[in-house]
Amino acid sequence: MLQFVQLVLNGSSIGCIYALVALGFVLIYKATEVVNFAQGELMMFGAFFAYTLITLFGFSYWIGAAGAILGMMAFGYLLDRVVLRPVLGQPAFAMIMLTIGIGYVSRSVAGLVPGWGTAAYAIDTPFSAEGLPLLTTAETSLVISEQNLSIIGATVLFCAVLFAFFRYTRIGVAMQATSQNQLAAYYMGIPVKSVFSLIWAISAGVAAAAGVLLAPITLIDTNMGFIGLKAFPAAVLGGFGSIPGAIVGGLTIGIIESLAGFYLPQGFKDIAAYIVLLAVLVLRPEGLFGQATRKKV
Amino acid sequence: MRFIFKTDYDQDIRLLKHGGHAFWYGLLLVAVLLAPVAVDDYYIGQLTQLAIFAMAGLGLMLLVGYTGLVSLGHAAFMGIGAYTEAVLLERGVPFLISLPVSAGLAAAVGIVVGLPALRLAGIYLAIATLAFAIIIEEVLARWESVTHGFTGMVVEPISVFGYELSEGADFYYLSVGLLILIVLMSLNLLRSPTGRAMVAIRDSEIAAQSTGIHVAKYKTIAFAISAGITGLAGALWAHKLGFLSPESFTVLQSIELLVLVVVGGVGSIHGAIFGAVFVVALPQLLAVGKGYLPTNVADAPGLEAGVFGLVLVLFILLEPMGIYGRWVKIRTYFSLFPLYKKASFKRQKTYLKSERLR
Repeated sequence: MLQFVQLVLNGSSIGCIYALVALGFVLIYKATEVVNFAQGELMMFGAFFAYTLITLFGFSYWIGAAGAILGMMAFGYLLDRVVLRPVLGQPAFAMIMLTIGIGYVSRSVAGLVPGWGTAAYAIDTPFSAEGLPLLTTAETSLVISEQNLSIIGATVLFCAVLFAFFRYTRIGVAMQATSQNQLAAYYMGIPVKSVFSLIWAISAGVAAAAGVLLAPITLIDTNMGFIGLKAFPAAVLGGFGSIPGAIVGGLTIGIIESLAGFYLPQGFKDIAAYIVLLAVLVLRPEGLFGQATRKKV
Repeated sequence: MRFIFKTDYDQDIRLLKHGGHAFWYGLLLVAVLLAPVAVDDYYIGQLTQLAIFAMAGLGLMLLVGYTGLVSLGHAAFMGIGAYTEAVLLERGVPFLISLPVSAGLAAAVGIVVGLPALRLAGIYLAIATLAFAIIIEEVLARWESVTHGFTGMVVEPISVFGYELSEGADFYYLSVGLLILIVLMSLNLLRSPTGRAMVAIRDSEIAAQSTGIHVAKYKTIAFAISAGITGLAGALWAHKLGFLSPESFTVLQSIELLVLVVVGGVGSIHGAIFGAVFVVALPQLLAVGKGYLPTNVADAPGLEAGVFGLVLVLFILLEPMGIYGRWVKIRTYFSLFPLYKKASFKRQKTYLKSERLR
């Protein structure tokens, strides 16, 4: 039993990373109806920004993390302003291919930047990888490392901040309005295009946070963005348009993976998330938290 | 400027619309047939690869370009076709049977994958096919008794009535012949009621349904045909590779097929061929271009993928109809000279085209 709880704990920390990446997908999809296939690459860039500030320039972890998040927010804003705005209003397929292309270019550029390259890097964090005992019995004990605790804590913090932002600030409410109906929001005087750019900035910032948190666990390399592929099931599980759904979806995928890695034969760990995804899509196509939509003519 | 005087309704659906078509396509056919005489073995290998990719791209084109369903997992169908072919040949099944069976099995799997497509729209379908492709990749790697997993498996050569066809010009003629067959089949499909129904679904599902098209049925048919053609290309690809391992059929391969379709030109048969030319020629051009770059850039491992992505981004931003769209514009420019207007191909923007509010 204790072992089961331990697996759930381990799973939920990686699940939080999935949740943060999925959150990025959902924010952009809700507001702009673009599925950002480059979300994982934004995360990768965030991690590399942090690596540059912390290891190459010698700043402290906290300044590096904050700098990476702010830098990625600026990057996300510019990305939307320069690359995506010209194709606003094109079919979804064009947008998907565009973000896939951005992902390809990002991976390649990260490999070319001096000091980054294609090797795997680590950053120094104030959190140790050793387990803190939570509960000890005769044979075994329940442990959680400071790293995992930092991931879970930061995710909770980010969700709270985002919740407050969307609930209580003027621009947050404007974003909600835009995501509900672009045209109506435009008529109410909301600058829809700038709101899109801001959403991209927030989403890139969240991705950078995920990258910084993930860095001590998987190391930083140009291919770490492929974790975005794992965050898709998380976002779909939650309905792709629901922010709490993305969090729950991410946690679920993380926990399922952790359990599948232990209880099922080898190989199931990597595909468990996708099997669950297909099952959910067949049984409940609009996701666990999605709203049922009716076809209107 | 050519003006076609129509005296017969059949002229509307004729494959060769006028003498110019017949002349140029005839010339192309002659060039294709004479290629093994004229060029090196190396280039024949490249042309064979081009034919196989064009076939796979054509399969995806029917789905993406003509039915409007996005699949992010078509490499999985290639993988199914390739492994079925290899496994059947290993068990001693003759090539003439194994090839159709490979295509058929891919088509059958396509139907199974297509079934959720009836309920899913847009992005959910794309992600479902992605999940399916990742699962297939894992199955190919783990089902060791059949696929030999990561150790890989050798593909036996093709032999038809004692003739070996897996090498050089013979295999080239086989691939190109099948490609021409598939192109003709697709052209015929697209002027048949089934093809028209697919196009109608692409343009507006609701309008198609209102005119009495059984949307679910035609979506499934589109999935089956697309998967079957891609599976056939996969079977040929197995012979071209000669050695199969699960790494040949990853998600990145699926995306490469999608890029092929987009760069070639979504919604045209020509586009699949042009796209295949792009995908096969790009590494060659890069190898030539690398000589002119500084060494640290030229030796970077991600360069090819980066250029690939950059071309894709530029095409979507500047020329969404792909290479074929550009060609049509150039042709129209000359045929209407000096009356060509840029606005005739202007992109229509559709604001608030929401998938959520249907």
